[in-house]
Amino acid sequence: MSEVAQAPQAAKAAPPTPRRAKETGVPDNRQYMHPALIRNYGNWKYHDRPRPGVLHHVSHSGEEVWSVRAGTQRQMDVYTIRKLCDLADQYAEGHVRFTIRSNIEFMVADEKKVAPLIQALESAGFPVGGTGNSVSMIAHTQGWLHCDIPGTDASGVVKALMDELHEEFKREEMPNRVHMSTSCCEINCGGQADIAIIVQHTKPPKINHDLVANVCERPAVVARCPVAAIRPALVNGKPSLEVDEKKCVCCGACYPPCPPMQINDPEHSKLAIWVGGKNSNARAKPTFMKMVASGLPNNPPRWTEVSVVVKKILHAYKADARPWERMSDWIERIGWPRFFEKTELPFT
Amino acid sequence: MAKKMHDTPMLDQLESGPWPSFVTGLKRVAQEKDYMADVLGTLETSYNTRKGYWKGGTVSVFGYGGGVIPRFTELKDENGKPKFPDAAEFHTLRVMPPPGMHYNTDVLRKMADIWERHGSGLIAFHGQSGDIMFQGVTSANVQPAWDEINELGFDLGGAGPAVRTAMSCVGAARCEQSCYDEAKAHRTVLNNFLDDIHRPALPYKFKFKFSGCPNDCMNSVQRADMAVIGTWRDNIRTDEALARKWFAKHGMHELVRDVIARCPTKTIQIKPVADAQTGPTLSTVALDDQNCLEIDNRDCVRCMHCVNVMTGALAPGKDKGATILVGGKRTLKIGDLMGTVVVPFMKLETEEDFEQLVDLGQRVVEFFADNALEHERTGEMIERIGLVNFLEGIGLEVDPNMVSAPRTNPYVRMDGWEDEVAKINARKSAA
Repeated sequence: MSEVAQAPQAAKAAPPTPRRAKETGVPDNRQYMHPALIRNYGNWKYHDRPRPGVLHHVSHSGEEVWSVRAGTQRQMDVYTIRKLCDLADQYAEGHVRFTIRSNIEFMVADEKKVAPLIQALESAGFPVGGTGNSVSMIAHTQGWLHCDIPGTDASGVVKALMDELHEEFKREEMPNRVHMSTSCCEINCGGQADIAIIVQHTKPPKINHDLVANVCERPAVVARCPVAAIRPALVNGKPSLEVDEKKCVCCGACYPPCPPMQINDPEHSKLAIWVGGKNSNARAKPTFMKMVASGLPNNPPRWTEVSVVVKKILHAYKADARPWERMSDWIERIGWPRFFEKTELPFT
Repeated sequence: MAKKMHDTPMLDQLESGPWPSFVTGLKRVAQEKDYMADVLGTLETSYNTRKGYWKGGTVSVFGYGGGVIPRFTELKDENGKPKFPDAAEFHTLRVMPPPGMHYNTDVLRKMADIWERHGSGLIAFHGQSGDIMFQGVTSANVQPAWDEINELGFDLGGAGPAVRTAMSCVGAARCEQSCYDEAKAHRTVLNNFLDDIHRPALPYKFKFKFSGCPNDCMNSVQRADMAVIGTWRDNIRTDEALARKWFAKHGMHELVRDVIARCPTKTIQIKPVADAQTGPTLSTVALDDQNCLEIDNRDCVRCMHCVNVMTGALAPGKDKGATILVGGKRTLKIGDLMGTVVVPFMKLETEEDFEQLVDLGQRVVEFFADNALEHERTGEMIERIGLVNFLEGIGLEVDPNMVSAPRTNPYVRMDGWEDEVAKINARKSAA
């Protein structure tokens, strides 16, 4: 099916040849899928939500399936994974899937299994919710735990925020669904969202001129700058790079290809809040989110200042938006000046 | 038995609260693994100094160039020795998930066992590009861990300037809005690009994403270089029993507020049953004995809103397929770009249809490989060279459906205008 990797020339005193990869690609999902989903593949008729956290799908064949959705911490230790498997084996039917926002879903073909499953999940510490017009789990990035260029720890920001928004995850009381994301640098791996929390650098990179020549491919770094603020320079007799600090927009694009151009700063790397990103075409075309608050301190372990702003926005949206209005629909209707009035944020 | 845990007063504060705590998980594995005790020490240091301590490098598995994200610690003492020596290396394996991210408990337990034996015991379901992230393994253990994951039937995903791991929604497996077989498209396309996934040699990353309908749950329009989004050509289907049930439950006020008033083209109307019309482009359904809904599908833009609100009562049509968009991406380096339509509609039913999708993907990736600058995404390349040149390069005809509005600027050469109009008309009448 696929081409086999070309073996490198065998070394002389050959250590045991490593195993050759099987280039199997994307696995077939049917081997893992719940049998009711296989039986009704492509034949679903409608769904409803009997309660928050539960989707009830009905097939044209008349068959029904209930999906119970629960929040997770995304990066899970093996004990958490096994606990979820135990719950799936004991209360569901041994099949699960994950959503794009790292929620886990348990599918059952018998309505009677729903309540005990919810009970078991909740008592094991997995909140049930995240469906319909709730605040779902925050899509997030790697942060200090694993990334090589992080300005903050997305997992920590997310845990702190979800603790605060936990009740909104478990209820469906928002005007429409609220998708959130966090990102540890301005590349924004967390993606577009109704509300996004993204690192915002506020100072140009600090350059370690002793290292640039050995570590960085200088022309590539020059080309990476979106505003042409970087140019080659001799510093202390060594080839290096310099930044026109007036031009620099502090985006950090030079940092990944050139780590001696340190952009992260414990004081000056701030957090910004963006609102109104929407990928769905429903009601209006997809939109990009806009920055509405910036300069918030990067304050572990609970990033309280961020929670305050996020909750202000959420509360204003919850109180004022009409049913089915996403964040972007609401702002489109009321206009930006009113958005800032209602959220009590400075219009900057 | 693992070594003594480092004090982590900052991280400890993330153990309280109702949401599941990743810190509690990390600590649980650290009881068995010195490795994770030192990872916690490193992370606690970051929380104190607000700095990251991992740098990249080169680590791969035999035969592949990508799929492993190497991480070496930069947290060193004055002699250049790692402060947390057991966590000097913390690489991640990116592993491609099954479409729709379905698992059974057997395969999840096997993954956990493998990662407990060789890695940190920490797995993320899933990373932002859709991979299962096996987070944290030493250089020496990368190959043995990979061998077992591969034998389990899984393959590494993309990293660096390569075709990346794709994502597809739950789709046909459990969603009434599905307009094509997302899982089949996902597997068929991706498994034709395995060389470009495993051996990074493109100008930059290239992402495919597959959403079954215009709700675009995979966020493909904003971040896929090639987005496959389901849609339909014929009329919205209706189901009178479900429409009556919905109306009985929600009533006239909600119908007007949530359905009629929210239609972007106002093509959905409420009418007295007596005034209902029929016609080849109309969808009509009774809500009770007095009122009915009427949709003129010629004016419908397939936004999904009414179908989302009245699930089942209204449904996508039967003549389904997909729209193909190219060039979506986030900020770097010229700002956000939304995917742009290059194929307004293609059927995805027969094997030949799927072959055509693969073929289109190949032409786009090939053109990207040949024409993009280093570190330039597809969307940026199209901005630079112009959509018309891109379309010509991949052999697609310009179509009025690709234009969002006529031009506002009169400074344009009109040579060949009539010829182009004649071509479009000829194509229309041939279709």
